Amino acid sequence: MSGDPGAPAAPPGLRLNGTLRFGAQVLFRDIALSAPAASWTCLLGDSGVGKSTVLRLLAGIDAGATLDGEAGADDGAALEGRIAWMAQSDLLADWLDLTGNLALGAKLRGEAPDLTRAAALLDRMGLGPHAHKTPHMLSGGMRQRAALARAIMEDRPVALLDEPFAALDLRTRAAMQDLAFAEFAGRTVLHVTHDPHEAARLGHRILVLTRAGLVEAEPPAGPPIRDAAAPEVLETQARLTRMLLDEARA
Amino acid sequence: MNAPDAPGDGPLARRLRDRALVALILIGGWAVVAWGTGAPAFILPSPLRVAEAFVANAGLIGEHALVTLGEVLAGLALGAGLGAATAVWLSLSEAARRLVMPALVFSQAVPVFALAPVLTLWMGYGIWPKIFVTVLIIYFPVASAFLDGLRRADPALIELARVMGGGRWRILWRIRAPLALPDLASGLRLAAVYAPIGAVIGEWVGASKGLGYLMLLANGRAKTDLMFAALVALALGAVALHAGLGLVAARMERWRRTGSWR
Repeated sequence: MSGDPGAPAAPPGLRLNGTLRFGAQVLFRDIALSAPAASWTCLLGDSGVGKSTVLRLLAGIDAGATLDGEAGADDGAALEGRIAWMAQSDLLADWLDLTGNLALGAKLRGEAPDLTRAAALLDRMGLGPHAHKTPHMLSGGMRQRAALARAIMEDRPVALLDEPFAALDLRTRAAMQDLAFAEFAGRTVLHVTHDPHEAARLGHRILVLTRAGLVEAEPPAGPPIRDAAAPEVLETQARLTRMLLDEARA
Repeated sequence: MNAPDAPGDGPLARRLRDRALVALILIGGWAVVAWGTGAPAFILPSPLRVAEAFVANAGLIGEHALVTLGEVLAGLALGAGLGAATAVWLSLSEAARRLVMPALVFSQAVPVFALAPVLTLWMGYGIWPKIFVTVLIIYFPVASAFLDGLRRADPALIELARVMGGGRWRILWRIRAPLALPDLASGLRLAAVYAPIGAVIGEWVGASKGLGYLMLLANGRAKTDLMFAALVALALGAVALHAGLGLVAARMERWRRTGSWR
């Protein structure tokens, strides 16, 4: 909790094993998903395939689904209190300005928020001029950046990110990917996305979730974060796109 | 930010014009009936007659109106406070909801009219039974509106707050209560309309002051015009109270959406 970026107390890996059901309907049978400690894992798949449900199960939030199996950290301890969760919708508090939204986590825990850090973070995300605006004055993209800033502000060893860049334009998206990758370095990240290019850029590990099940895809050569326009990134993007399209046809 | 805040909101001038028009039609209808039937003034005084009575007895009406106003404001503050506190309590405890909610609903089934004499028996002829009746009337709408808001509060935001490590009191104070503020506001709007009724019921049962007492007194002496003048004063007060609390409520709603009171 020192706010020292890149050096959290030994982050755990994540795993989720078992069969997932929505009522009587089986969503996945015998899925075995794992995200290694201190690395960035992308979970790629179509919308509605159950990616968010996986994140919610790991975060310990009611997912509307039942899991016959286990979901949690691979070090045996509870994940509670070690997670920063960024939901698909921004979930900003409308009555608080951006600074207030970034401080909300600390205030909910009864701690003193680090406002200097919040201000610096908003500056780095290009939201400095909007620090004292409330969400209704901001565009969808700005709101999503603010939600990302709040997840970074939480400074937890594990980050569960649900489509964190989906509302951003191409250039802002690349910049935010760079920033998020640096901020979450050394932490365990599980990043849900439906964008193959994003997965090819960011993933140490790329998992593709389809209705048929979970498969691991080969990431591009070289460590992330990779150049957005590098040939191997685009080649992987093409390969992942093919996987998703073939799945849709099957 | 010029979007309408609530039904009935619009440019002030237009709203005033519309209301004046409606008032004019109602008073006109009243005048037509009063003059057309030729009813004697002690049965149905004309609007003009009532206006004259109002002016002639302005001091008397004002004196009694102040007493009623005090009862209404005290009852409103107490009832709203108790209602809000009850909502907070019930929102935190499932067991309390199960046990207390039926009792609350039952209490609403008891006609306040029937209770008022007993309250006067217990508390005497002073202002307390009037305040108590007012509290009884507005407590439930405030409590149930606020409770609904607290319980419905955006589940996803509450979940995020839990993941962040918030305890239920802090979540209540920092998330649920702000989210439920518009619901509390609509409870207060209702309360503003009901509160004067509560005070007048209390005064009817036994009092030596207040607009309700004045109305009974005037009625008993066949001073129907004075009775109506007191009634008009009461109605004007209720409308003003409703408008005032409506303004407060609109600001609470705006703060919830934008973080700004204005």
